[in-house]
Amino acid sequence: MLAAFTFALLCTAQSWAGSIVDSTGATVESKDPQRVITIAGNVSETVFALGLGDKVVAVDASSLFPAKTQELPKVGYYRNINAEGVLSQSPDLIVTTDAAGPPEVLEQLRGSGIPIAVLSAAQTMEAAQKRITQIGALLDRTDEAKVLTDKMASQLAAVVKPETPPKVLFIYARGAGTLNVAGTDTSADAMISLAGGTNAVTGYEGYKPMSAEAIIEAAPDFLLFTTRGLESLGGPEGVAKLIAIEQTPAGKKQQIIAVDDLVLLGFGPRTGEGVQELSEKLQP
Amino acid sequence: MTDKRQPRTAALFALLGAALVAVSAASVLLGAMSIPFSSLLQLVGETLGVMPEGEVPSGHRYVLVHLRLPRTIFAVLIGGALSVSGAMMQGLFRNPLADPGLLGVSSGAALGAAMVIVLGFALPVYPLLTLPLAAFIGGVLATIVVMRLSFQGGRSNVASMLLAGIAINAVCGAGTGLLVYISDDEQLRSLTFWTMGSVGGASWDNLPYVALLAFGPVLLALPLAKSINAMLLGESEAHLLGVNVERLKRVIIFYVCVMVGTSVSLTGMIGFVGLVVPHLCRLLFGADNRRVFTGSLLLGAIILLSADLISRTVVAPAELPIGIVTSIVGGPFFLSLLYRSRRGGMF
Repeated sequence: MLAAFTFALLCTAQSWAGSIVDSTGATVESKDPQRVITIAGNVSETVFALGLGDKVVAVDASSLFPAKTQELPKVGYYRNINAEGVLSQSPDLIVTTDAAGPPEVLEQLRGSGIPIAVLSAAQTMEAAQKRITQIGALLDRTDEAKVLTDKMASQLAAVVKPETPPKVLFIYARGAGTLNVAGTDTSADAMISLAGGTNAVTGYEGYKPMSAEAIIEAAPDFLLFTTRGLESLGGPEGVAKLIAIEQTPAGKKQQIIAVDDLVLLGFGPRTGEGVQELSEKLQP
Repeated sequence: MTDKRQPRTAALFALLGAALVAVSAASVLLGAMSIPFSSLLQLVGETLGVMPEGEVPSGHRYVLVHLRLPRTIFAVLIGGALSVSGAMMQGLFRNPLADPGLLGVSSGAALGAAMVIVLGFALPVYPLLTLPLAAFIGGVLATIVVMRLSFQGGRSNVASMLLAGIAINAVCGAGTGLLVYISDDEQLRSLTFWTMGSVGGASWDNLPYVALLAFGPVLLALPLAKSINAMLLGESEAHLLGVNVERLKRVIIFYVCVMVGTSVSLTGMIGFVGLVVPHLCRLLFGADNRRVFTGSLLLGAIILLSADLISRTVVAPAELPIGIVTSIVGGPFFLSLLYRSRRGGMF
């Protein structure tokens, strides 16, 4: 009897509930979640960074870090999830961002009654920190989340920006045939300015293919790639062979740099590290 | 001929009907979540009132009642609608290669959908309806342009309809291309997935529209089969047989436009079904459109249901776009049919 009572007491003590208001304005309550599905690369990364990777039962195809995510079932690319696939993993909490879809499927998931938190997908430092704080609140890791966001803030504060902001051209590459250059309103653009550079391209938003002439005209001091992007072109040597590159200041000075894909573009918990790494590489 | 064929035809229809029932049952029973048969039995029993309220895990209940059941009905209706519209187009153009795409309805719908995905409009009251509505309007507008260009002095010209269709497809394709160009990564992925189709958006809320607008015209079209048969002889011959050819053409185009416009707006592009199912039916039943239409209705439903079943189980818990399944499985099958019937003169 006493044992049962103590057990019940322990259970009440352990059962725990968190609640946040997500980016859709909905109040999401989680009750001691044990089976979490994360649908967004930076969300998965955050949950693992909070030390709760063992509660993640499935992720989306864009969740590539840490390596442990690769062992989990994949519920598809985050823009193309399906309701039954997600529900078949019996989650008791789904965390995603407002970039996920299609919208009908999110609606179906809401209808299932399982708590689903839709966080902002915005690619800014503030949004990245808010995501971490909210995920911490949902998973009873408020303090750990604070450690992560404080660390990001101090990493950002410690960044030594180059004295004169160099012009940086970010190329999103998958082989020589597909070179898309980051304009404004991209995560690469945000990272470049956080690291103390300026985007060499300001004429358009998003990623667009750019002509050789326009790249010469943009006159970048640095060419920035993601690590995998640079590999797909055969490293800096391969890039130097690309038409127009040798005509740019970056090509002449061989200032071709790369930062890990998810660190650079993910806006997850490693964003501070990414800004630091990038600013170091941008030093003349 | 007819007499000899009658029993075989009846048997074939019975077989198709049985297959449809079997595939529908499989579609409700199978999926990414493994749900025991007892849960389904319990649920059916409760609904019919022959069993007392019992234990069905709420997750199972939700998946069966709100995901699989509407999805199964949805796939049956859309499969039937796409196939019968294909059969109608092939009858109208007297050409086995005709499909609803010739009216511009699919490319117009794609343009409408791309506008919503890339430019991001949303209706204030029903944001989820924005995309289907825009796609439907795009499809209907494109068809209206094709009709305007091909009807002169109250008479239509099938050749100029074909040319107008090709032109409007090019124009809509260019518009979609422009939107692809200005889209960001995520919008582009959404658009790509949309063009590969999915029946995953099925819900009890949109089923009534599908039943009324996509499937309603199927039932209205079945009685037209005899007149379309007469058209096979040629338009003037059909006229001599008492068929109001001009009216028939307009009715066919109107039905196809509404059926396909509705289907595409809710599922995205599901190619292949509208083109191939009527062919298979002609192989099974001969050229008589009365049998081809009914056969297409059944076989189209069976094929789309099976494709959906594959699409949502083969890479579970993810989902393969249904358009890929219809093409991967259907394409080679169709090629082998063409190969085998090459000498037989299939057309």
